[in-house]
Amino acid sequence: MIRFDRATKAYPDGTVAVDGLDLTAPTGKTTVLVGPSGCGKTTSLRMVNRLIEPTSGTVLLDGRDTAGLDTAELRRGIGYVIQNAGLFPHRTVADNIASVPRLLGWTRRTARDRALELLELVGLPAAYADRYPAQLSGGQQQRVGVARALAADPPVMLMDEPFSAVDPVVRARLQEEFLALQREIGKTILFVTHDIAEAVTLGDRIAVLRVGGELAQFAPPHELLTRPADDFVADFVGRDRGYRALDFAAPAALEVREENTVRLGASLEEARGAARDGWTLVVSDAHRPLGWIDVTAAGPGTAGPDPVGREHLVLGGTTARGAEGLRELLDAALSSPSGRGAVTDEAGVLTGTVTPEDVVGAITAARAEAAAQAAREPAGATTDRRSQAPAEETA
Amino acid sequence: MTALRWLSDNAPIMAEYFLAHVWLSLVPLLLGLAIALPLGWAAHHFGFLYRPLVAGSALLYTLPSLALFVLLPQVLGTRMLDPVNIVCALTVYTVALLVRVVADGLAAVPEETARAADAMGYRPVQRWLLVELPVAVPVIAAGLRVASVSNVSLVSLGALLGVPQLGSLFTLGFQLGYLVPIAAGIVLCLLLAWLLDGLILAAARALTPWKRAETTA
Repeated sequence: MIRFDRATKAYPDGTVAVDGLDLTAPTGKTTVLVGPSGCGKTTSLRMVNRLIEPTSGTVLLDGRDTAGLDTAELRRGIGYVIQNAGLFPHRTVADNIASVPRLLGWTRRTARDRALELLELVGLPAAYADRYPAQLSGGQQQRVGVARALAADPPVMLMDEPFSAVDPVVRARLQEEFLALQREIGKTILFVTHDIAEAVTLGDRIAVLRVGGELAQFAPPHELLTRPADDFVADFVGRDRGYRALDFAAPAALEVREENTVRLGASLEEARGAARDGWTLVVSDAHRPLGWIDVTAAGPGTAGPDPVGREHLVLGGTTARGAEGLRELLDAALSSPSGRGAVTDEAGVLTGTVTPEDVVGAITAARAEAAAQAAREPAGATTDRRSQAPAEETA
Repeated sequence: MTALRWLSDNAPIMAEYFLAHVWLSLVPLLLGLAIALPLGWAAHHFGFLYRPLVAGSALLYTLPSLALFVLLPQVLGTRMLDPVNIVCALTVYTVALLVRVVADGLAAVPEETARAADAMGYRPVQRWLLVELPVAVPVIAAGLRVASVSNVSLVSLGALLGVPQLGSLFTLGFQLGYLVPIAAGIVLCLLLAWLLDGLILAAARALTPWKRAETTA
């Protein structure tokens, strides 16, 4: 558990970076600090491992005041991941990961074995162990950065915008892997980002800071999206917060509709026969949705027996994996050119389609259900589809 | 007396001069590096020391070498012919060249690399020896190559004081009015400078396998 107790950082010129921060990051959970530039989120993070010393107030780690501890020893017990990874350019990947274990006096052999183990954990092939950071892509370097922070198995991890410098596709994958990893290792994580979407995706609890280093709201993501404390938070959380809050709604009770399909290579005649409202869904041999065909305007060969080819497909529709996530379902329905969103099972095989009306109906039902449940339960309980255990801290 | 005859007759003395020249250039190079490392660190670490240290050391380089050779015996209490004078003078020049190089080499270590080292629990000395210095090796090695060549050339001035080394071949040739020893001295000086340069280059390469990885990445 990390606890900030009236932690303040003021500079001699009068700038206040962090102003009397009171915050508890619970053990085994991810707590995200989010806010615009100049809100003191990074300063707060660095006060934990004393890269920055608070001018007043204290930061406690499992109840112990960090100010009384030896800085080097304190830091060896805290994993630290930064933007651009900050790897040592002169050390191989394995040696980078083994840095803290070596500082702690592990033998070369043990430290290397541990490094190889971590390389696998973060999804990099063992062949990368003897490469240098300059030989890796940004995303790969970031994985090594995470592995290095985990090397000595510290209970606490500090992550300072670790995924901000990689492209959106890689970032999404790293975030997904982060969630899977955290489910497995359950570290106490303090995570800094300026991206509210990232905060909502990764955080069990989110602290929104405003410029001047003042805590504006500290709440689980669902609460932040549905009940922002004030205009600043509402504004920062963004316009599409209602849409994003769907991620945290209870699983939808939604029946998918059956959809006529044709396989790639079927004749246009068949496609026309299967069409509803002028659109037919084309699937692969494994029955995975590939795209829609507009049978009223299917190109020059419309009259002939031409087979349906990839060039006829209108892409752009997303698919919802499983019929439970309301946001994915709504997005599939809205993005589909036919107005019918494709739904698949876990393996990606088509199970049917949903219309925007279906999803909105399910949202309304879910809302009514939540209201009924809130009336039965004491106030304050929130649904969080990612944490099975109650959000109460354990330490 | 033909040139070849002269060369073969004088081969042993030339070998002696060559060895003396090696020591007189190499020892100040290593001493100078040993002194420049902490000074360069201080110039980098304490911002307010950078200017005085770098400017001060650069000023040392402008001291006329001959004056230094003549003055040092009085300062050090050594005899005029003592090679220690040359070692001291060249150490001063090496320091003058390297303080700035070391400071700038350390400054070129990426800030996030240094901060990562701090955050991982490296103590200041560990950070310097295990992270910053190794990363600064390419810059420092480049400075050492300049200093080594400069030393090889400056050592020969010692001949004016009578300290035996390759420079003695120049004074000899001048006294005899004979070009062969002068040419031999120049060739041997060039050979030595080339050898030292290669040595530093090889050492730097051995210390920085990661630099080659960067270029092939």
